[in-house]
Amino acid sequence: MNREAKVISKNVDVFYGNKQALFDINLEIFKNEVTALIGPSGCGKSTFLRCINRMNDVIDICKISGEIEIDGFNIYKQGVDVVRLREKVGMVFQKPNPFPKSIYDNIAYGPNIHGIAQNKQELDEIVENSLKKAALWNEVKDRLNEPGTGLSGGQQQRLCIARAISINPEIILMDEPCSALDPIATAKIEELIDSLKSSYTIVIVTHSMAQAARVSQRTGFFHLGKLIEMDETDKIFKNPNNKMTQDYITGRFG
Amino acid sequence: MNKELRRKKRYQAEKRFQVYGIIAISLAIFFVGILVTKIFSDGTSAFSRTMIKTEIKLDADLLGITDINNKDEVENADYYTLIYDEFTKSIPFSNDEEEKQIITLLSPDYEYEAKDFFLKNKNQLGKTVTILLTASDDFDQLHKGNFPRDIPEDRRRLSNFQLQIYDQLVKENKVTKVFNNYLFTKGDSRDPELAGFGGAIIGSFFTILICLIISFPIALMAAVYLEEFAPKNRITELIEININNLAAVPSIVYGLFALGILLNVLELPRSTALVGGIALSLMTLPRIIIPARASLKAVPPSIREGALAVGASKVQAVFHHVVPLAMPGTLSGTIIGLAQALGETAPLLLIGMVAFVVEIPGSPLDPSSSLPVQVYLWSESAERGFVEKTSATIMMLLGFLIVMNSLAVYARQKFEKKWN
Repeated sequence: MNREAKVISKNVDVFYGNKQALFDINLEIFKNEVTALIGPSGCGKSTFLRCINRMNDVIDICKISGEIEIDGFNIYKQGVDVVRLREKVGMVFQKPNPFPKSIYDNIAYGPNIHGIAQNKQELDEIVENSLKKAALWNEVKDRLNEPGTGLSGGQQQRLCIARAISINPEIILMDEPCSALDPIATAKIEELIDSLKSSYTIVIVTHSMAQAARVSQRTGFFHLGKLIEMDETDKIFKNPNNKMTQDYITGRFG
Repeated sequence: MNKELRRKKRYQAEKRFQVYGIIAISLAIFFVGILVTKIFSDGTSAFSRTMIKTEIKLDADLLGITDINNKDEVENADYYTLIYDEFTKSIPFSNDEEEKQIITLLSPDYEYEAKDFFLKNKNQLGKTVTILLTASDDFDQLHKGNFPRDIPEDRRRLSNFQLQIYDQLVKENKVTKVFNNYLFTKGDSRDPELAGFGGAIIGSFFTILICLIISFPIALMAAVYLEEFAPKNRITELIEININNLAAVPSIVYGLFALGILLNVLELPRSTALVGGIALSLMTLPRIIIPARASLKAVPPSIREGALAVGASKVQAVFHHVVPLAMPGTLSGTIIGLAQALGETAPLLLIGMVAFVVEIPGSPLDPSSSLPVQVYLWSESAERGFVEKTSATIMMLLGFLIVMNSLAVYARQKFEKKWN
């Protein structure tokens, strides 16, 4: 298989104040694949995810060393424009967080601030396409002016996915996107993730091993801030190299 | 059994607590009731004005008008003599002293009232007409029943002769009460029947306007910067503590500051709404910053993250999403801060807004009074007529405060957006 590395992490250490959260993370994330990051709570998988679009910059006490390359370009080099980085690397959060605005405005916000649409017609198209890609169009097309916060939890999360893809990113980061959703909504999101991987590179943090097994091609297992093992999902779940991985996925700890 | 007893005691304690609460609330309502009743019973009479009906002949010779179409002549006609002669003629008297007593039953502004009347009824020149003239303060108070008649004449402000005239006029149905529009349209006056809080309302309006224009943007920006952008270190901590302290500084200190800096160093015009507004805005600043910061803090961080994640810059995330969501709380805090400023007296006294201002201010740069200062001024005046005026001004002030506080509640409830 001819795989192209989209994201390469080199010796990444993360500190929150004096506490080290990540230890020397080295990994590769391949283009147009779904990569799952699993591990017990507090193992640093979300922290690592937030390093990829520099969301950790918001936290004053967070210090990062090492390099993360996207398409061969180190995003932690001095003078990198985080706004342009986040245009390229979208993110979906654990709890659906639509803006308290209309469904339309939720999607149109990103394209508006980046000046992607030339006119109203183009903006309408972007909104429609984003909602279609997020498999939400049919449910909301008649009520685009209603508040996004009035949707159900699963719909809100798909709205957030639509918002993330509205600015046409290359990578989408998902931080436990289904943890606040019921199984039916979860199934819809998983289906959506599967259909999105042809156009985007997806990194998903999840607590559900079953979900990692269902949606991802590669899986990384984190424990206490260290990347224990990363490999093809099949291999991780059937025949992991590391004893700890084995114990975790079979439910012996965590 | 012991358990039973304890449970009983617990229920009793609860009952007792409720009784204490009810007593406390009843007491509070009782005192507020007394206050409001007192203000209303004293103040309502200020909304009417006693008028004396009198018949006068619009004599062209007395007025000194030869040509009715000559504007200059009509403007400068001798209305004073007209009323003086015609009014004293209508009541029999025997000497100069009595004549003087008759004319002092009218408010000193009668010549202007006669002029207004004549300008509207020019075609009546030469005819006899009935005109309503404002009665003097003592006459007014007598008619409203606030004037004791049964004390010796030398300790009364109205003589026996004047009381006699009053009784006669009442018998002839020549004394009426009308709605006191002067109260709303006039500035201060030495004569209670001619005094109004119109100037004070305009003064208060300009003062609060200046206060709003200065304090709201500065407070909002300060709150946004401190809450969203400022690094958390010693200096910002110190600023934070001091903002909280400033909110507790007695308002007269701000008045001293305004007096020392704005008036003495910068030499801004004394007694003006401009200086008053600046002094009050200093006082209002921390009172807006604190609720504004609280409402910014109440916006869930997920909204900021959502905006940042689609590539908004920090400033965009804050001004497109966080600030609009914090607006209802900020606005209601602002309105309550302004309501406090509206009722503030001490700083205004220091910068000279306590002056006697007859003219209604036309701009924030004109000397002006304000509602609470007007209350202060009138409550010190000796004339009986100012007592009711004081209460009426308090009613007005309370009315404004109630309106502003309702607005604050409305802003909070109506514009508050819900998020999951």
